[in-house]
Amino acid sequence: MNEITGNEIIHQYLRHNKKFPHVLCAGCGHGIVLGTLIRAIHTLAIPKDDVVIVAGIGCSGRLAVYVDFNTVHTTHGRALTFATGIKMANPKLNVICIMGDGDALSIGGNHLIHAARRNIGVTALILNNNIYGMTGGQSSPATPEGSTTMTNPYGQLDASFDTVALARGAGANYVARGTVFHVKRLEKIMVEAISRPGFSVVEAITPCHTQYGRKNRYKTPVDMYKWLKKAAVPIDRYEEMTEEQRTDRLPIGVFVAEDRSGFEERYLSLQAQMRAKGGK
Amino acid sequence: MANKKKGKSKITVYPDWCKGCGICVEFCPGRVLELSSQGKATVVREQDCIRCGFCELHCPDFAIVVQDKDFVEADKLPRRRSAKTTDKGE
Repeated sequence: MNEITGNEIIHQYLRHNKKFPHVLCAGCGHGIVLGTLIRAIHTLAIPKDDVVIVAGIGCSGRLAVYVDFNTVHTTHGRALTFATGIKMANPKLNVICIMGDGDALSIGGNHLIHAARRNIGVTALILNNNIYGMTGGQSSPATPEGSTTMTNPYGQLDASFDTVALARGAGANYVARGTVFHVKRLEKIMVEAISRPGFSVVEAITPCHTQYGRKNRYKTPVDMYKWLKKAAVPIDRYEEMTEEQRTDRLPIGVFVAEDRSGFEERYLSLQAQMRAKGGK
Repeated sequence: MANKKKGKSKITVYPDWCKGCGICVEFCPGRVLELSSQGKATVVREQDCIRCGFCELHCPDFAIVVQDKDFVEADKLPRRRSAKTTDKGE
């Protein structure tokens, strides 16, 4: 019989009563990340009812609207706090938190480091497009130094955040980075991140042509994908490179992979211990 | 391996969902797709498709479906509801 493959799988997970095509611009990588996430969940064969997608505000916040899981569209930067509450209320659910770079690193930066420290069993998917896309192209903490934006017409003076280094420093259980050009690798990372216990951070580099690319020497959306193809280097090859070769290169792959038990597991075992002692 | 699959694919592009970003057109190894005068991706050289799956994986709008030609033609049953009809359905 005709087996269902590729995008037909994705069509089964979409809410078709929402208006399609989606609101994202032509060539935006967010759609590819959404497709990859759906494929990862399909690979893991998790029922739709056991998946919770929590999204913040911004272009990435729109992704939760289009998929047929349990979805929450929360306030700006607080997606991780909502996700923590949901995971503690029902630890059986697979909670996936979709955030943009502004959402996760500036407004919700505090929540990100403390969620990592606490090691709550949530998968944080950070869609890094280097800019605040929806509000008109202001500089975000992930905007690379020297690039032009709406609020920095003469070039960004601040250094940008390295999400991977930040998450690793805060003690996250699983830290990985992928790009929307290397979709198969990103899918593998997502499958691993969702199936691991504890807090997982996945940074997906996705191009924003409308607000970032047009002002920074990328004439078409395709040019941004060519940049991703050229700039992204697997982590093992990146480590062998000299300092000179590393300029403008972006290491991708898995940076931290541990199996420490999540906060909800430790909480439940403490609860069981206290009950055994005769507490109420 | 890839050659065995060459010319055995049926590629469908949903024009309503395509935004014409050109990713599929640029990166297709067989140059199967082209942008039409209306700015949408169209299938031009279907026989050259090696079914690498790049366009399907990288379409941000889920507008491309690549299937086995034999399956589609052998299956006389009506095709599954396309994205276009389900859009209006609910």
